[in-house]
Amino acid sequence: MRLKFFGILAAVALVSACETASEESGAKSSGGATSSAASAAQTSAPAVQGIKAGSQQDLVVNVGDRVFFDYDSYAVRTNQQNTLDKQIVWMKSNPSVSVQIEGHADERGTREYNLALGERRANAVKDYLAAGGVNPSRIKTISYGKERPVALGSNEEAWLQNRRGVTRVVSAGS
Amino acid sequence: MKRQRSTRLFVAGLIYVLAALAMSQAKAELKIDITKAVVEPIPIAVTKFVRGKSSQSQYGEDMARVIAANLERSGLFKAVDPRSFIQKPSDIQNLPRFGDWRLINVQALVNGRAHIVADGRLRVEFRLWDVLAEQQMVGLAYFTIPDNWRRVAHIISDAIYKRLTGEDGYFDTRVVYISESGPAIRRVKRLAIMDQDGANHRFLTDGSSLVLTPRFSPTLQEITYLSYHGNVPRVYIFNIDSGRHEILGDFPGMTFAPRFSPDGKSVIMSMAKDGNTEIYSMQLSTRKVNRLTNHTAIDTSPSFAPAQDRVVFNSDRGGSQQLYVMNADGSRVRRISHRKGRYATPVWSPRGDLIAFTKFTGGVFYIGVMYPDGTGERLLSKDFLVEAPTWSPNGRVLMFFRKSRTKADGTGGKSRLWSIDLTGYNEREIVTPTNASDPAWSPLIP
Repeated sequence: MRLKFFGILAAVALVSACETASEESGAKSSGGATSSAASAAQTSAPAVQGIKAGSQQDLVVNVGDRVFFDYDSYAVRTNQQNTLDKQIVWMKSNPSVSVQIEGHADERGTREYNLALGERRANAVKDYLAAGGVNPSRIKTISYGKERPVALGSNEEAWLQNRRGVTRVVSAGS
Repeated sequence: MKRQRSTRLFVAGLIYVLAALAMSQAKAELKIDITKAVVEPIPIAVTKFVRGKSSQSQYGEDMARVIAANLERSGLFKAVDPRSFIQKPSDIQNLPRFGDWRLINVQALVNGRAHIVADGRLRVEFRLWDVLAEQQMVGLAYFTIPDNWRRVAHIISDAIYKRLTGEDGYFDTRVVYISESGPAIRRVKRLAIMDQDGANHRFLTDGSSLVLTPRFSPTLQEITYLSYHGNVPRVYIFNIDSGRHEILGDFPGMTFAPRFSPDGKSVIMSMAKDGNTEIYSMQLSTRKVNRLTNHTAIDTSPSFAPAQDRVVFNSDRGGSQQLYVMNADGSRVRRISHRKGRYATPVWSPRGDLIAFTKFTGGVFYIGVMYPDGTGERLLSKDFLVEAPTWSPNGRVLMFFRKSRTKADGTGGKSRLWSIDLTGYNEREIVTPTNASDPAWSPLIP
């Protein structure tokens, strides 16, 4: 279980040089769901060097780029809303940025259905951001179904991390 | 490449039946009932096809090997070891010494001749004998270019299968599938094609774009599939002969889950827009698009009935993912699956009598079949993950893929193609050079 969270947070830990990031979020009982938010909270200190505002790195380190979903569900969970709320603020403070939301599913579904499910998840994130005042023309969506897992292993922890909506900066603007 | 091309040439000439039709029906004819659950495999001897007098042809032994392997894989035959043969193949001239074959318990005997004739073509003839009734069941001859020897072996296999079962065979066919390589989190997927027995394997895409769910056209020259080319997931058509890939239509959202109609004139697929997935059909000649579903649920994985009057698909409109049938114009939608679990990837049998599907319940995946009205559900195979059944053209065998669990260290996750008879017996791996998924069986090659 630890290992998985390490995998996801490796990039975060590196750029933020924050030794405790993976340690703390790994200990959270609610699992990987909150790991991004947790690490974002810890590393939001302006001391981080070399991160360009409005970049993917900025989003990952200072905001959190992903939210997680329940099995076969595309409803944005209440405990994930904080990440999206912060994404809304971030999108507003970086008005030239446009993003693509990737919708992903775990391996426990058929390929075509999971493509449709990933599409729903990506759009659920988009709709949340748009409802928060982000111009929907800045948000594209794509579904990868079960084709692009981030966590290895056929177990609950990995499945949870793979059922995700990931916000990617496609144009950082000026 | 050159070899590939030549295998596509039609078998030239063929077709004169070597007379000698059944002389009398005194004894019960050798016959296999393939609808029975457990079939006792018929012992068959496929002897090395002998050469002509001055011919240099070395195809005879290879052809016998391919034919024997085909028949044995069907589960209906047991190929008798050539080392136990008493009568030498070259000694079988007009009539076999049936007693010699009965002695080693052979019930069906195949002999033949393969040689290069004066104009450079390969001439192949074969006969199938009923050893107990002591009579010829079929005899045929073929002319073709020598490179086609494998196809002739498949065609002969089909002729034997048909003569003994009364149904068309499925050996002269190909399989298109997704070849997988690399680690699970950076999987490379390529379109690949091979003969039904794994021979003549080749890749159709280079792996630079994610590709999924290829399906054969009933006219065989084309494959429809999903590609993420340019990071835009859309349905494409690939022409096997020209090697050309063409995007299908200009849709505002992701198109996926394509399948040809049985007449090959249209493609049915899903389009996802603003999170909602609906089913559309497109006439290929006019590119006219017809929307068939209109629901907030996920409607996907459509498959036409062979009569093209109905479509089966999966939808979660009832709360969980289930199978539904609608008329080809989208009217009269009715749910057909009612048991516990999620039902997916329905595929109508080419015979029309059954629908194959993937089912997920209790953490386990199943491959199963049911009648088009939803009754008579039978589960044929199960595992951690089995998915995506495809029918042999005679509707008697299903191919699908099976994937094992991935371990946390990234090992495991093996994905392979398997086939199983409709009876639930004779489950076999279809050997591929790499990990494999999403198989699609071609119709018989015309």
